[in-house]
Order: sequence, then structure tokens, then C-alpha cells
Amino acid sequence: MRYAETGFDLEVDLTRGNIERVATAPELTALHLGGEGAAAKELWDRVPPEVDPFSPRNLLIFSAGLLHGTPVPGANRTCVSTISPQTNLYVTSGFTGFFGPELKHAGYDRIIIRGKSPSPVYLHIRNDKVELRDATHLVGKSALETSALIKDEMKEAKLQVAAIGLAGENRVCQATIDHANTSASRGVGVVMGDKGLKAIAVRGTKDINVARPAELFERCNAMYQEIYDNPRCGDAFLSEADDSWQVKNIAAAGGALGGVKGFWTKELQDEWTVRVESEHMHFQWENYSQQMEEVHETVVDESKRLRGTGCFNCTKNCHEAVYLPGQRQYFLKSYSKLAYATAAYADLKINYDVLFGMQEYGLDESATLQAVSFALELRQAGILTDAELPDFPADGPGRCGYLLEKIATRQGIGDALADGVHLAAARIGKGAEAFDRSVKKIEQLPLNEEQLDYPHFLMYATGAKMGITQIEGSFPQFPIADKQQRAAFVAAWDAAPERFKIWFLEWEPGAQLPVEAAVDIADWNEAMHSADDAIGICPLLSSFRGQFGGRPPYHLHNLPAFITLATGLELDAEGLLEIAKRNRLLVRAINARRGVTRGDEQAPAGLYGKGEPETEQRLLDAYYAFRGWNGDGVPSAETLDGLGLRYVREDLAQRGILK
Amino acid sequence: MSGQAKKKIVKEIKVDVEKCIGCRACEVACSGFHASPKYSSFNPARSRIRVVLDLPSDVYVPLRAGEYTAAECTGRQTFRINGKNYSECSFCPASCPSRDLFKEPDSGLPLKCDMCEDEKIPMCVQVCRPGALTYEEREEERDDEPTPGEVEIGLQALLHRHGAQKVKDTFARLSQGE
Repeated sequence: MRYAETGFDLEVDLTRGNIERVATAPELTALHLGGEGAAAKELWDRVPPEVDPFSPRNLLIFSAGLLHGTPVPGANRTCVSTISPQTNLYVTSGFTGFFGPELKHAGYDRIIIRGKSPSPVYLHIRNDKVELRDATHLVGKSALETSALIKDEMKEAKLQVAAIGLAGENRVCQATIDHANTSASRGVGVVMGDKGLKAIAVRGTKDINVARPAELFERCNAMYQEIYDNPRCGDAFLSEADDSWQVKNIAAAGGALGGVKGFWTKELQDEWTVRVESEHMHFQWENYSQQMEEVHETVVDESKRLRGTGCFNCTKNCHEAVYLPGQRQYFLKSYSKLAYATAAYADLKINYDVLFGMQEYGLDESATLQAVSFALELRQAGILTDAELPDFPADGPGRCGYLLEKIATRQGIGDALADGVHLAAARIGKGAEAFDRSVKKIEQLPLNEEQLDYPHFLMYATGAKMGITQIEGSFPQFPIADKQQRAAFVAAWDAAPERFKIWFLEWEPGAQLPVEAAVDIADWNEAMHSADDAIGICPLLSSFRGQFGGRPPYHLHNLPAFITLATGLELDAEGLLEIAKRNRLLVRAINARRGVTRGDEQAPAGLYGKGEPETEQRLLDAYYAFRGWNGDGVPSAETLDGLGLRYVREDLAQRGILK
Repeated sequence: MSGQAKKKIVKEIKVDVEKCIGCRACEVACSGFHASPKYSSFNPARSRIRVVLDLPSDVYVPLRAGEYTAAECTGRQTFRINGKNYSECSFCPASCPSRDLFKEPDSGLPLKCDMCEDEKIPMCVQVCRPGALTYEEREEERDDEPTPGEVEIGLQALLHRHGAQKVKDTFARLSQGE
């Protein structure tokens, strides 16, 4: 019997309508664990660099994590991996919610989709019964509506649905894949749309077995409490009042737009609300007379935050359900306030209405807002005029709504913007390229820092996930000034290996970390995300959450025990890091094979004050050496062989990439 | 003893639907507790507590499996509470033919909550940290009058209608074949 995993993949060929249940080799679990790691292996094996992302031969892989379906709290993040049309490189993104665990209970660890459907379809899975169903009636519907319609159609309220909206159907690069209260970003929705797959609906009623039942559950039962009590995990940003750092340092791509409006305040919170006032009139008997009197009343329909909702088997309530005027309701995605910070400019005021618009179209809040602010910047610079932006509204939210619609429908200027900022700049020309701050053709979190921050630079330049928010998180971003507090922090810092504690103890405010520390930190941060994505743990409980307070519920030193007890696989911290290293090497190799070179590894324009190109190169040298890569950023033969990736080494050598 | 008041412990799970975050940890814990061996497998479809969820309507109702019933209700009621629509099924604990809640997924046999007999506090309550589920035990005084069983009630009605002799004869004839 296999513990924690099902041992089967679901292979779906949309071109021929063929569906197969394929047994997987148990050895692969020991090598890659599962989740994103297993998906990277599939993409390496089956999608050579000659395959265009829009080719039917590109794969779209939905991976449940290794621990999904076990009682390990917060194991619910599903990874979606493919080759991105925006970058022509590997991309993985994820959503939390309920999908992955349901897929495991249906009897599959992964869904591997290839081909293209000639007409829109959705995939319906109920345990062993799997079918492709017509989705023409769902075209143009939002993901939430699609989900409701499929549940009605199948008469099964317990289906878990992942779907694309209009943006995905129109092959918009900022398209998300939405599920319940969450969504996968960074352009995985565009591939789903290209394949003609509107949605996947899954229901599973099978058991998931675990290796050491009593010990595992005892740990899990304590973990529910730990997660609930720990104020430093979950979407802390949602409830934090002081966002001064974010608002100060996160600039909309258009720094020229008029500056920061202010910190997050009670007043700004109110401004975020949406009010609709309407006049109601009725008659009533006038007092002491036989006359009817007209009574006029103002009825206020106002946005309300309804409740924080959780994801599968996690006691944190990160996903706020929001009511909007007109009986509309949606979920504030995790980190919506980051979108606020990105957009804290007079010209780009967002509110719940704008966020709702993005959810309706199925657009990524981060990348889309960057495309919007890019367009506004170009307009201010005179590169875009009334000719490209006819009937452009005057107010911030109105402008956002206008551009969202253009992007989602690929109309007018929206067609260029829907290719992402980098390609849009090239298409628009006229100097628009100067406003592009992408790295490897993909939008980056627009931080504005005073000076070069070594780990930040490395994460931006080299990150496998190509977004710093998907890589950072284990090592604190800032030193602690007070020496006693610093020592206390380190004393309670169970998550960190010893050397990081020493570096942190010696780190004074304003000082740069040593280069050897910076490369190790960038590596550790990414490794922990990689481990989370293989086992399916939400990073808000783990890899993302070590940086504030240093007390994430899950970390390098307790995750191995959960994995061992659930799967029976003997694993310690070192073993977990080794698997993460192997999985990350595969991603690196996929991208090297697709042409990533050292020259692509840069900081986004405007990340920090005056450029320091020499230091940047020195950092890259040190980082490559630390990872066991050659000077071009390609993993060396020894590194690959040492982790059992000889087949990767041979392929890279054959292609002349590894000399 | 007849007619005397007797104390009885009533076990109660209190549900605060406003506090439910819809995480379904209760389902996970319940299905594990009732697996054999304990916690060896997990499957919310086998859980004896289910969260009735309607995300777009902000409806979250944890529901504990009650009695099995062979027939579904003759009609339906809907409730509108604080602007939200609930069907009566949202609150009904029965394992019934009208829905697939509280049935073993393989056999279709009904599931019923046993309040996790050997645990002090039922597992669903233990893992519900947001506090939607809380547990209480209280004493109730009950009249200890013996309540007639189903067979007794049925027989009484037959005796009343047909007389003792006819019932006796019929019983003798029918039970010959057994």
C-alpha cells in the first residue's frame, strides 16, 4: 500500500478526448516527493524546448501535494505547472482552497493535460468516472459562476471546481485559474484557455492512508491550535493596521504617478468601501389627517466584509468574503492589500469594486494592476493618447474598470497589454520600453529600495518562480536594532539552521549582510518554498512566514517528521533540502534548455537607488558557485550527477548547453 | 422505580454558524477517528459531521449525522435568516434518500454520530479552534416511566381491533413457517 499518495496520475489528451489512469513509480516519490517537484520532472521529460507553449504538446499539470488528504493541517495548496507563453519558460503557480485534497480522494495525485480541445470543454471527475463535457454554455462566465453552474448541472454541491474566466478564454497572459476563495496567478490561466479547457470539477470519496496513524494525528491535533494561535502566520497583512513599509516601498510601476497617498488608515479603509445610495419613495397616512403623504428615504447599499474563511483543514481565516452593493459577493484574495499598496497612487485608486472586476474576469491582481499602471504611465508620458484610449474615464476606479475590460476582452490597447507589460512595451514602441521593469519578460513586485539589498537582488535575478514573493520568507528582511531582542529572537528561532542564527546576531541595521550569507539566504528561502510546493503546504504557514517573527508553524526542522509519519519515508532536514535542491535543479535545467542565460539575471529597473553592476555580478558569481552551477548559470555535471540527474546532464551536454 | 425522576447526562455539540470558517477540519478528524485502526485513513466522505457550504451565499453550517430515515420529506421548507437562504436540509441531520450526506461511500449504509464514545470531547469539537463547535454536558431530569416499544404499540392496536383469539391464531399460523 502507498501511504499519503494515491500512486496514480490522470492523463487527459484534449485533442483526442482520451483519458487514462496511469500508475506512477514509487521511487519517484523518494526523489521528488510529489506536487510541483513531480510536475517539473514530467515537464523535463515530456516538453522539450522545441515545443511552443501554445503547442498542443505543452502540458498543463495540476498537482496535489504529497500530504494532501492526510490530516496535516494546511496541506491544501495545489500547484499548476506548465511552460508559460509569456516567458517561454517554466512556470508554477498555486491556489489553496479544497481542490488538491479532493483530487487525492478521487484517487489521483496529479492531472496531466495535453492537446487542445476543438471546442470548449470541462473535465468532470468523480472517483473512477472521468469525462470531458461540453462547456459552450459556460463561455464568458466568471469562475465563481461557472463553479455554481457545474454543481447545478451535475447535482453535486460537493464538487471542487477550478475554472478560468473570460480572460483565460481570450488567452490573456494575466489570466488566473480560480478555485473557491483563491486563484493561481502568473499566467497559468492562459494555457488552460489555449487548451479549450474551461474548468475541472472533481469529487472524490476514497480513503487516503497514512503510515503511522496515532503519532501523526497527535502532532496534527496540536498543530491546529498552533496555527490558530500564531499571529505571525496566515495573511497577516489582511488584519495588520500598519502597512507603512509596504506603502513606502512598493511602487506601482509608475513611480511618477503622484506619489504615495499615505499609510493604511481607518479613513483609507472606509474609502475602500463601496456605497450605492438610492432614493425610495412610499406613501403613508399623514398624522391627524386623511391625506396620504409622500415619504422619501435614502437607502444605502454598502460593501461589507462578511467573514474570514479558511481553506481545507486549516484553522486560519485568510480569505475574506466581501459583500458588494447589488447582491454581489466575492472573496478578497489573499494579499489583496498588497494590490492596494501597489496602487496607492492618485491615478490608480482601487476599491472592492475594482478587485471584484478582476475576479469576475479572472485576472491576476498583481500582474494586471501593473499593466494598468503601465498604461497610465504611458498616457501621462504622451505615448498613449485618446486615440488608443477612447472615452477614457477621469476617475481612478473608472480607469481601472475601463482597462480591465479592455485587457480581459483583448480589445483595442487591451490586446497589447494582455501580452504582459514586457511584450506590450515592445508592441507599443515609441519609447514604452523605458517603462518596462520586468525580469525575464515577467512583471515583478515593484519594490523601491534605497540601496542594493543582496538577498533581494539574488531572489529577483535568479528565482525559479520569477517573483520575489514566491521565494522570500525564511530569513527576516530586516535586522533587529536592539541586541537583547535580537538574541531573544534567535533563541526562539527553531526554524533556522545554526549559521543563519549567527549571521542574524551579527546583522546591524543599515549594514549589508556578507555575500556568503546573502547567497545562502537566497538559497534557503527558495528551497523552503520548493519543499512546500512538493508536499502541498500553504506557504503562509511555512516558507513565506518565517521572515516576520521567525515562528512559522511549519519549518525545516518539523516538516520532515510530518512527511515521515504520513508517508513512511524516512526523512530529516538534510534529506528534505536535498529533494528541494533536486527539484529546483530540474526547473533550472528546463529553463537553461529554453535559453535562460546569465545575461537574463538582472534586477528590475528601478529596484534600488544607483545601480551597482559590479556588485551584482559578484553576487551572481558567488550564488552560482554556491549552487554548483558554472559561470553561465547552468548546473555543472558534478552537481547534476550528485543528485541523480545524470539524464539531465546528458541532455544538456548533447544540446551543447553544458560544455 | 416507575414514575420516579432520573438524572441523565445529555451530550451536546453547540454550533455557532457565524464562527464557522468552512475549513472542514471537523470532517477530517471525524473520518480519521472512525477509521480502523484509528487515524489510519482519512476521508471526509465518511465523516459523521459535514459542513453544509454555500460559498456565494455565505452559508456555513456544520451538521452532525443523526438518525437514518427510509423516506424523504413530503415537501420542503426554506428559511431566510438574516438575509441568507437556508433549506431545511441545511439543518437536517438525517441520513435520507434525498441526498448523499451521511452514507458510507462504498456501501451506502447510513452513518451516525456517536459523539466519539471513548473521547472526553468529540474530535470535531477538539479540532474546531475558531470555536464554531463547542461541547457541553448537562444533566437532565427524566421521568423514568417505561416507554412502550414499537411491537407493543402495534400489538395493542391489533388486539383492540381484532380481539385476542384472532391475533393468537394468525400469529400461530404465520410463525409456523419460521
